[in-house]
Amino acid sequence: MATTHPPTPATEPEQPWHTPAHERRGTRKVRVTTSAALVATAVAAVLLVPLLFPLDQQAIDLTSRLLPPSWDHPFGTDDVGRDLLLRSVYGLRVSLTVGIVAALVAAALGLAVGCVAGAAGGRTDRLLMRLVDTFAAVPHLLMGIFIVAMFRPGVWPVVVSVGLTHWVSTARIVRAEVLSLRTRPYIDAAISGGAGRRRVVLRHLMPAVLPQAGLAAVLMVPHALWHESALSFLGLGIPAHQASLGTMINAARGPLAAGDWWPTLFPGLFIIIPTLAIAGLAGAWRERINPRRRSELVL
Amino acid sequence: MTAGLPWGAMARLTGRRLLAAVPVLALVTFGMFAVAAASPFDPVRQYVGSGVGASAETLDRLRADLGADGSFAEQWWTWLRSAVGGDLGSSLSLRQPVTQVIAERLGWSVLLCTVAFVAAVLGGTVLGVAAARRPGRLLDRTVSSLGYTLQAAPPFWIALLAIWLFAIQFDLLPAGGLTDPGSDAVTAGGLLRHLILPATVLAISQLPWFVLYVRQGVLDALREDPVRGARARGLDERTVLLGHALRSGLLPVLTLIGTRIPELITGALLVETVFSWPGIASATVRAATASDFPLLAALTVLSAIAVLVGNLLADLLYGLADPRVSHDEM
Repeated sequence: MATTHPPTPATEPEQPWHTPAHERRGTRKVRVTTSAALVATAVAAVLLVPLLFPLDQQAIDLTSRLLPPSWDHPFGTDDVGRDLLLRSVYGLRVSLTVGIVAALVAAALGLAVGCVAGAAGGRTDRLLMRLVDTFAAVPHLLMGIFIVAMFRPGVWPVVVSVGLTHWVSTARIVRAEVLSLRTRPYIDAAISGGAGRRRVVLRHLMPAVLPQAGLAAVLMVPHALWHESALSFLGLGIPAHQASLGTMINAARGPLAAGDWWPTLFPGLFIIIPTLAIAGLAGAWRERINPRRRSELVL
Repeated sequence: MTAGLPWGAMARLTGRRLLAAVPVLALVTFGMFAVAAASPFDPVRQYVGSGVGASAETLDRLRADLGADGSFAEQWWTWLRSAVGGDLGSSLSLRQPVTQVIAERLGWSVLLCTVAFVAAVLGGTVLGVAAARRPGRLLDRTVSSLGYTLQAAPPFWIALLAIWLFAIQFDLLPAGGLTDPGSDAVTAGGLLRHLILPATVLAISQLPWFVLYVRQGVLDALREDPVRGARARGLDERTVLLGHALRSGLLPVLTLIGTRIPELITGALLVETVFSWPGIASATVRAATASDFPLLAALTVLSAIAVLVGNLLADLLYGLADPRVSHDEM
C-alpha cells in the first residue's frame, strides 16, 4: 500500500509470487469471485446509499452519542450521535472518488511521460528519466504532505498531490514496454509505410501499452485511497467536517482515549477491505496479461 | 568474500551516485520553491501572524530578512547558497533554527526507525521461513493473508488500536511521548517503555514486505539445485532450510533493504505523529500543519538524501552479493 513502491530498476528482482500448485485453480477462483463481489457491493453502496438514505449526514443527535454496536447501529454511533455505518459509507464514497480520480491522473501522466520517453529516446529520454528519479527520491506521502501544506486543505489539493506523486511507477512500466515494442517488426513496417513519429506513438505504441497502464491505474486506486486517508488523518486532507475515512479515524481519537473503540475500528476496516478486494481483482488481471507474474499486492 | 572487497569499484559507484545526486537534489529543492510560489502561502504573513497591523515597511524589512523578496528562483538560489553553508533558516512554527530542530530530533527518529527496522527484518525472516517451509499449509496461508492484510492496513489505524488495547484497556504501556507525565527526565527504563509501542507498530507496518519477500526467496531457493543436492546428500531438513535455502533466499532481500527507506519514512511520519514521538517525522507533520516552509523544505531534502543513500547502499550490496554484476556497470 502504501507502500510497495518499485525499487530502483537496477536491483528489482523478478517477483513471481508463486501460488503453490495445489492452491492454484480453486482458491484463486474463490478469491477473484469474493473480490469482485466485494468491489461490486462497495460500488453499489456508495452509489445507492446516499439515494436511499438521503438524511443529512451532519444530523447531530446528542441523545444517542457513542452507542456501542447494536442491531440499530451495526457500527455504533460517533461522539455526536451519528450512525457510523452510514457515515462510513459516505466516507468510503469520498475516499474512493478521490482515490479513483487521483489514480486516473497518475496513470494518464505516467502513460504520457513513459510513452514520450520510450519513443523519443536520446536526450528527451534521459531528461525525463532524471525527472522520474527526482520524484522517486522523495517519499510519496512526504511529497503529498508538502503539496497539501502549501495549499488549503481540500479535495483538490489531495487529488493533485496523490496524482502528482504516483505517476512515476507507471511511467517506468510504460517506458520499458515501449522500449521493447519499438524493436517489433510491425513498428518497422509502420515507419517504412511512411508513418510519422506522432502517428507511430498514437496509433501503434499507445494502444499496445494501454493494458499495462490500465492495470497500473487499477493498482493505483487502493494506493491513492491509502494516501488520501493518511493525509486526511493528519489533518492535511479532506476538511474535517466532510466524512472521509481518514477524517473519521482522526475524529475518533477523542472517543478512543476514553476507551470507545468502534469509531476507530470500523472506518479502518472500510480502508482495508476495498484495498484487498481491488488488489485481488487487479492481481487476476495481471496474471491474464502477464502470466509470468503472480498476483502481488502493490500499495 | 575472503578475496577482499572491490573497494575501487565501490568507490567509483559512490562517486558517480554523488554526482548524480546533485541535480536530483537541486531539482527537488527547485520544485519545492516552485510549489510554494504557486501556492497562496506567504511566509511573511505566516511569520507575523494574521490580524497584526504591521506597517508596510516592517513587512518589507521582514521579507528581506526572510529572503522572501524577489522571484521564487532567486529565493531558491539564496536558500541553496546558505544551505550549502550550513544555514537552513529558521522554523516559523517552532521559532528556532532549523539546524537546531534537526539536531534535537534526528536522534530520536533514528532510534525509533532502527529498532523498528531490525525488528521487521528479524520478524519477517522468521515468519517468511516458517511460511515457506510448507507452502500451502495452514501456517503459510495464515502468514500470507496476514501479510496482505497488514500491508493494506494504515499504520496510524494500527497505532490507534494498539494504544487502545495496551495503553487504555490494559494500562500496560504509555500511550505516547518520551517521558511520563509530570517529569522531563528521560531515563533508560522509561525510554524503553515509551519505545515499545511505536517501534512495534512501525515494525508491523514494514513487516509484510519482508515476510512476503523472504517467503518467496526461500520458496524459490528450495526449488533450486543446491537444495536438491543437499537433500540428496542426506542432510537433515533443518540444515537444508537454514543452511542452504535461507542463505540464498535471504540474499536478494538483504540487498533490497536500502530501497525500503521511503516506506520507513512514510511509516515514521504516521507513527511518530500518533505517538507524539519527538522525532523529525512528527516535526515534519507539525511543520506542514503550520505551513512552516523553511522547516518543511529542509526535512524534505533530508529525507530525499536518506532515500538516495538507501538506493546507493542497495546497489553496493547487490554488486557484492551477485558476482555477475559489476559495480562499474551500474
